[in-house]
Amino acid sequence: MRATRPKAAIAAVAVAALAVAGCAESDRDDSSGGSKKDTLVFGVAGDPKVLDPSFASDGESLRVARQVFETLVRPEEGGTKVTPGLAESWTPDAAGTTWTFKLRSGVKFHDGTDFNAEAVCVNFNRWYNAKGLMQSPDVTAYWQDIMGGFAKNESPELPDSLFKSCTAKDATTVDLTFTRVSSKIPAALMLPSFSIHSPKALEQYDASNVGGTAEDIKYPEYATAHPTGTGPFKFKAWDVANKTLTLERNEDYAGTKAKLKTLIFKTISDENARKQALRSGDINGYDLVGPADVEPLKNEGFNVLTRPAFNILYLAINQKGNPKLADIKVRQAIAHALNRQALVDSKLPPGAKVAVNFMPDTVEGWNGDVTKYEYDVEKAKKLLAEAGASNLTLKFHYPTEVTRPYMPSPKDLFELLSADLKAVGINVQPIPLKWSPDYLNATTSGTKHDLHFLGWTGDYGDAYNFIGTFFDRQKDEWGYNNPQLFAQFKDADTTADAAARTEKYKALNKAIMDFLPGVPVSHSPPAIVFGKDVTGIKASPLTDERYASAEFKS
Amino acid sequence: MTITTGKKKEKIDRLSELAARNDERGVSLWKEAFRRLRRNPAAIVGAVILGLFLLVAVLGPFLVPHAPDAQLWKGEIRLGDFPGPRGENWFGVDHIGRDEFSRMIVGARQTLLVGVISTLIGLAVGSLIGGIAGAAAGLGGRWGRAVDNVLMRVIDMLLAMPSLLLAISIAALLGAGLETVMIAVGVVSVPVFARLLRGSMISQANSDYVLASVSLGVKKPKIALTHVVPNSLAPVIVQATLTLATAIIEAAALSFLGLGNNDASIPEWGVMLADAQPYLDSAPRLAILPALAIIVTALGFTLLGEAMREALDPKLRK
Amino acid sequence: MFRFIVRRLLQLIPTLFGLSLLLFIWLRRLPGGPETAILGERATPEMRAAIRRNMGLDEPILVQYGRFVRRLIRLDLGTSTSTKRTVVTEFVERFPGTVELSVAAMLLAIGVGIPLGYLAARRRGRFLDHASVGGSLIGICIPVFFLAYVLKAIFAENLGWFPASGRQDPTIGATRVTNFFVLDGLMTREWDAAADALWHLVLPAVALASIPLAIIVRITRASVLEVLNEDFVRTAEAKGLTESTVRRRHVLRNSMLPVVTSIGLLTGGLLSGAVLTETVFAFSGIGAFIYEAISQRDYPVLMGFILIIAVVYVLVNLLVDLSYSLIDPRVRVR
Repeated sequence: MRATRPKAAIAAVAVAALAVAGCAESDRDDSSGGSKKDTLVFGVAGDPKVLDPSFASDGESLRVARQVFETLVRPEEGGTKVTPGLAESWTPDAAGTTWTFKLRSGVKFHDGTDFNAEAVCVNFNRWYNAKGLMQSPDVTAYWQDIMGGFAKNESPELPDSLFKSCTAKDATTVDLTFTRVSSKIPAALMLPSFSIHSPKALEQYDASNVGGTAEDIKYPEYATAHPTGTGPFKFKAWDVANKTLTLERNEDYAGTKAKLKTLIFKTISDENARKQALRSGDINGYDLVGPADVEPLKNEGFNVLTRPAFNILYLAINQKGNPKLADIKVRQAIAHALNRQALVDSKLPPGAKVAVNFMPDTVEGWNGDVTKYEYDVEKAKKLLAEAGASNLTLKFHYPTEVTRPYMPSPKDLFELLSADLKAVGINVQPIPLKWSPDYLNATTSGTKHDLHFLGWTGDYGDAYNFIGTFFDRQKDEWGYNNPQLFAQFKDADTTADAAARTEKYKALNKAIMDFLPGVPVSHSPPAIVFGKDVTGIKASPLTDERYASAEFKS
Repeated sequence: MTITTGKKKEKIDRLSELAARNDERGVSLWKEAFRRLRRNPAAIVGAVILGLFLLVAVLGPFLVPHAPDAQLWKGEIRLGDFPGPRGENWFGVDHIGRDEFSRMIVGARQTLLVGVISTLIGLAVGSLIGGIAGAAAGLGGRWGRAVDNVLMRVIDMLLAMPSLLLAISIAALLGAGLETVMIAVGVVSVPVFARLLRGSMISQANSDYVLASVSLGVKKPKIALTHVVPNSLAPVIVQATLTLATAIIEAAALSFLGLGNNDASIPEWGVMLADAQPYLDSAPRLAILPALAIIVTALGFTLLGEAMREALDPKLRK
Repeated sequence: MFRFIVRRLLQLIPTLFGLSLLLFIWLRRLPGGPETAILGERATPEMRAAIRRNMGLDEPILVQYGRFVRRLIRLDLGTSTSTKRTVVTEFVERFPGTVELSVAAMLLAIGVGIPLGYLAARRRGRFLDHASVGGSLIGICIPVFFLAYVLKAIFAENLGWFPASGRQDPTIGATRVTNFFVLDGLMTREWDAAADALWHLVLPAVALASIPLAIIVRITRASVLEVLNEDFVRTAEAKGLTESTVRRRHVLRNSMLPVVTSIGLLTGGLLSGAVLTETVFAFSGIGAFIYEAISQRDYPVLMGFILIIAVVYVLVNLLVDLSYSLIDPRVRVR
């Protein structure tokens, strides 16, 4: 590019602006005395949608909620095990339907009111007694996912509630009673959607009044401006015009106080833009690091943390699509055709693994003793010939414009796997679709899809959250009906004894891999990066990073 | 994105006028214009770029050492670490083990195809609308003016709609793919051609030779076929050349947003540039090569188009 | 003049209704709906069906449109399906960013483009002419998003002169009044906040200005060249008027008409560039938000925003038309 006059003029304007800004910069430094060192600006990929986690299902809302709120039980730092949160201990009764939680004392909400058993029941009753639009699946998605329905279901499609009642026995003892035994309890209570809010603030800001009409739901003031919990940070401001959300230290926090005075989440949707912002010092860290950027950033001295892989990427096969796919031999041929190891080596971040179950090996119930379908081109060809499917053409859906933690650059993955399929004589018809909503619609409803990628990041450390989500009932995604498998799921979910349940999950994993509804591809460890001078954060498989323990090296 | 938006009215008026003048001077004007073109260094540079580009686009698939979609070096690919330029692969290997040189060469054809077809779509639809509007305006009368008015308001609405958003929503309707990009980019250039043809028809309807023909009793359709249409050719060719440049860049923008062609066996520069985004650090060449190719090609079309316009424009002649 | 303005504004009403009906039908013909976008992988078919029914998306399109119009008349644009905040709130918080960015880009394009185009024409065939014509050609041919990455790589990542993202350093904690950050800083006398906001504007404005700048340079140059050849300029020169008088009174003034027209049209086109610029610079504005809304099938946001933009576009062009009569008294608005 030639150095032309317009460019020179731009440079002149730029220099002038720089001079102005430079003066302002030095003014600020003088006045605040380098206070920046207790403010961490963290780059995130999307704006949070709502500040009340009861209504949230997107990762960015939950990330904020995890700093402002606490739950009865919480995952261990850097792991998935259930550890004490607001509850010190918990025990089920003999039937496994009533759980008694012993609460911590001396905890206060941000508005100064006391946390106690009464407050816990106010929260659970608020969710359980939801009315009107609060029962809409896009409002209380997680409650409905875990608990099913409500006290009075207003829609016939809603199932009965798993939750039954909450009893405050004394200030620090609370009983939660459920209608049946479920494997989800207590692990699911770690979800930020079960965060305990201040009853006073809930009342004051009309938190349960989800207003408007169904076609335009309006959240109450509480959910957009006054989240009040017990967490190490307090909500300060949400500046949509600047794409930033500011939290400040809770000086009255019951546990170890946050080392940072201010924590700011700044939305930068473009992956390269986040990287450039980190390098230019706009932000002190960011999430969703591209796998190819991990090494370069490390080499430059940034603190790249790798989360343990708590996800699964799978290639789904729809048995109602191409009729040949209902033939187990064809599905087996597809599994043998795929060189999953090559994919993991060339496209996924260090630490990624080929999957042998539809769930990661860190979850109880994982079974290494299943049919593994090693990469074998000849065997795949032979199976296809046996099935009389030698000239098969399959529609392969893959998403564009998306990176999921379990699926970096889906297009690259598609190109590798489709080359594998072509190598065994299967013709591939590529169908790229925009992730939302086109791709999700096309792959999870109807019968037109043959093969597609999809995956899952676990919400909590339980097998059912993975394999149950995929396979416990008939779904358009897979197109099969296997009542025996469904019954096995129901049996495992309602088994109270943890050890017996684990055995049932193992059997399920074996049954799934024999039935082969799809091919589990990989577990991929997502990376998160912090500035060279930021320490104290431990990466969490559940993205439950504790920003309260972050600090700047002096 | 909207390279032409701003210049539209001004350029269209200019072109219409010059088309009207051309006829007065007769066919020798084309020869004269060509002679002027040959003396213009910008035109020569543009023509050389386009000549090379066309050569590569036509012969490319026969010249390349490897199939553009063969993942021949898949085994050497490690995350963010791909073999760079070397004897076997002049431009190195791309992120899934394919020969980058072969992809660049074969990509020229797709890029040309996207540019040409989308321009043709814009040209066809735009000329149809503009032609009807121009004819209606030329016929005059209450109905003629009404038809002209309605059509031009529709065109104004298209102009008011941000072109990229229009293209994105078309892509949302049709799904990502080569055809989508062509249609979306084509639709965006419809207003340019519509205004151009309408303008030149109206200015010619008022020109002396048409008035003369009319007074001599020649029938209107015959005038349209023998004078008006041929005379619109010059501005349309010039505009089409310039639109080709826009089309190539807009296609790249759509690909950047993930709406481009996704068939790996037919590489295209815009898609290659978009696909290289995750590897800007580890293999910047994968982004820089297609970006340079796009810029240089667009430059070629623009240089030649501008030079043609200047050559045909008597006002700018010295 | 007054009647002209009134008539243009009245014309706006049928245009808006036509546009809204077309848009309404168009959007609902897009495959998929907000229900999938809201829940992502988590959506079960039952949940999707429930949301669709709740939102009234099962009803005939004209019934839905009727409801939309009834509310539009009450100036109620509804709430965003993805953020659940009112469309008006979203607009008020995001539009100022795009306006700031566009104004900065246009000021840059006009402030640099007109003088440069003029000088290029005066020195036709000399170095400055070739350089600015060449530069503007490159400005037109370089994809905006690529330019944005290159600018950031040089001026933010390597030199560290400018920030790479956002509208303002969030650690300043600036007061918000109008959401026009520069203006807010001046109004509240937070000078550093205003300067910081300006500083954040530089790179995105340069990226966004690349195409308008190139076009303005070339149109100005062509227009000035044409005027220089006109008889009245020769006459004026022959009359013995000083060169600067000729320039000011005759050349500049007479060559501005096409430039002003192009500025009006370019303003409408800025939004397209803003989609990419805002995305790459994480700049909070409506461009990136509308783009997001398309993929979220956020019907209320799309309807509301595009209608408001159409109004703004018409108003800008009205201003442009009015300014003709200021520049050239021969042009009378009717």
